[in-house]
Amino acid sequence: MSFPWARQYEPKNGLTKFLDERLPLPRLVYNAIGAGYPVPRNLSYFWNFGVLAGFFLVVQIVTGVVLAMHYAANAQVAFATTEHIMRDVNWGWLMRYAHANGASFFFIVVYLHIFRGLFYSSYKAPREMIWLLGVVIFLLMMATAFMGYVLPWGQMSFWGAKVITGLFGAIPLVGEPIQVWLLGGFAPDNAALNRFFSLHFLLPFVIAGVVILHIWALHIPGSSNPTGVEVKSESDTVPFHPYYTAKDGFGLGIALLAYFAMVFFLPNALGHPDNYIEANPLSTPAHIVPEWYFWPFYAILRAFTVDFFFVPAKLMGVIAMFASILLWFFLPWLDKSPVRSGHYRPLFRKFFWFGLIPAMIVLFICGGAPAEEPYVILSQIATAYYFLHFLVILPIISSVEKPEPLPYSITEAVLGSDKKVVKGENTSPAV
Amino acid sequence: MLKLLSVRLVAMLVGLVFAVAALWALVIGLIALATEEPAGHLPYEKPMDLAWSFDGPFGNWDKAQLQRGLKVYDEVCSACHSLKFVAFRDLEQIGYSEAMVKAYAAAKQVPGIDPNTGEATTRPGLPTDYFPSPYPNNVAAAVANNNAIPPDLSLMTKARGDGTNYVASLLMGYQEPSAELLEEHPEAAPGPGLYHNPYFPNLNLAMAPPLTTAGQVTYDDGTEATVEQMSKDVAAFLTWTAEPTMVKRKQTGWPVLIFLLFATVLAYMSKKQIWSAVKPKK
Repeated sequence: MSFPWARQYEPKNGLTKFLDERLPLPRLVYNAIGAGYPVPRNLSYFWNFGVLAGFFLVVQIVTGVVLAMHYAANAQVAFATTEHIMRDVNWGWLMRYAHANGASFFFIVVYLHIFRGLFYSSYKAPREMIWLLGVVIFLLMMATAFMGYVLPWGQMSFWGAKVITGLFGAIPLVGEPIQVWLLGGFAPDNAALNRFFSLHFLLPFVIAGVVILHIWALHIPGSSNPTGVEVKSESDTVPFHPYYTAKDGFGLGIALLAYFAMVFFLPNALGHPDNYIEANPLSTPAHIVPEWYFWPFYAILRAFTVDFFFVPAKLMGVIAMFASILLWFFLPWLDKSPVRSGHYRPLFRKFFWFGLIPAMIVLFICGGAPAEEPYVILSQIATAYYFLHFLVILPIISSVEKPEPLPYSITEAVLGSDKKVVKGENTSPAV
Repeated sequence: MLKLLSVRLVAMLVGLVFAVAALWALVIGLIALATEEPAGHLPYEKPMDLAWSFDGPFGNWDKAQLQRGLKVYDEVCSACHSLKFVAFRDLEQIGYSEAMVKAYAAAKQVPGIDPNTGEATTRPGLPTDYFPSPYPNNVAAAVANNNAIPPDLSLMTKARGDGTNYVASLLMGYQEPSAELLEEHPEAAPGPGLYHNPYFPNLNLAMAPPLTTAGQVTYDDGTEATVEQMSKDVAAFLTWTAEPTMVKRKQTGWPVLIFLLFATVLAYMSKKQIWSAVKPKK
């Protein structure tokens, strides 16, 4: 792995020499995020979000472990212990708001990270495995976030749990037994709350494990970059430290400013008021909505309002919702354009900015809105586009599009010329 | 090559199936929309936009107002509504001394156990006790209130959108339904045991107007107890009960943000300094 010109770790004193021969942890860090890891010199701020996602995972684990010390996963007292944390635990309100908003910020940075990957086709060879592991992380995050939202045992917790586990009830024949098995009963109650708490505590560590694989896979080919041209020589790269530690440090400062502005001044803006009402199985909220980060997928779920041939509407919606994420696994094999970066793909770029992004925004708005017109119709149009974009348009574009000429190298893209440029060679798509 | 082509072919077919299914639902929906009368919403009002001392990033409690609100809760609301997440000791935060809290708590009867017989009984409250519920259980609450259980008020202002304004608007908002409304929505006429209020999403609620006449509560600080004043005071008090740490939260936020701003400026400057070595010279 890594490039031949990568700097080598040299233990400087007795202690590091001792360690290097027995447990080369400093060497690992040096090669992973230190001066021993050469990174393309032209990464934009869109490449900050991987580090930020890792940071928010740590925030969630730290605040979550503290919250778990004061919370009790029992349907009788869960809501009251949450209020106990808010009122009586020292800085408990800060821990809980930091955790609730930390989930939102985790999703914000991960969505930006994913859409960065989509625009720059970061999923293409040789980085397929990074992308596949990333989709696994995203699925684990969704499961973790869903179960975490159930824990305060408010109205949206309860009814959200009922709706989401109800999705499995749509499976023919075995659906209802599966739903009962998942909940440990016929409706969300103590059994469900306890297992959700157990899994909500476990899954973040599973995520951390997959994150390590994700980073490991990343370090084989190294980061992609805004030109999509692979690294050719030493002048294309800079050492991760100090260049990207400094750039990520600044990015982290901006992210923390936004995050703590929410935590301290608008801590409930991204939540739903109904979750401050204790769970009541006898009273259904007027509109059951998930947390904002699930809205696009919730809109896809609800877009299928009529039976499609022999498939019931509900089952169709469930299949479509899962398919909308699972199809990401196939992107490396659907988009066969040899050019990675959207900057050099005129047709792809148009469909990305004027097709996919508006469709995602429409789905987001419709997912948070009540199931009535015009939201239902809008979500149906956007859902149709979403599937067409990834499964039909993207494969077609990649075979009909004529890419714009690529720079010969990253160095040329940054400095305007590369000493090693051979005449006539700099227009070929060097990937 | 053939294998990859077939992956994309299968993907295109799957994509078309989902798109056709979604558009099929769209067509059916459009037909239904064209032929059926849409179910209209009852037109309820958004809460009034009132001014509060704790609004905004520099907001602070108006302790005199919170104390007046406590009195309104005590003398009016507490007849039906519990406040189960608030302890008497918490009242020290709104400006009462330890002795006053002790006396206040002692004047309340809370559930207890007779030490001689073990029977359930009541005893005078201690500062560590929580506000007692007016009803022994939900069944009793339902029976006493025409089957509508009065909700606990501890978190009410957080459990409604724009909660403080909502509670104040609702308490001031009781009125007879207008003739135009009844003409357009005859179903909006209040049924038996219901009261019209334009701020309530159903327009009719089971709670009888609780604050009806000026001077219903006699304020200790001489403030004139109009219905508007009492409504605002109790809404402010319930904002405190919903989040007693709100002001501390905002006050903690400022040093955190100022520190982060400083650190971020430094981070930016060092980033610029470090990158100047490899940035192309303009």
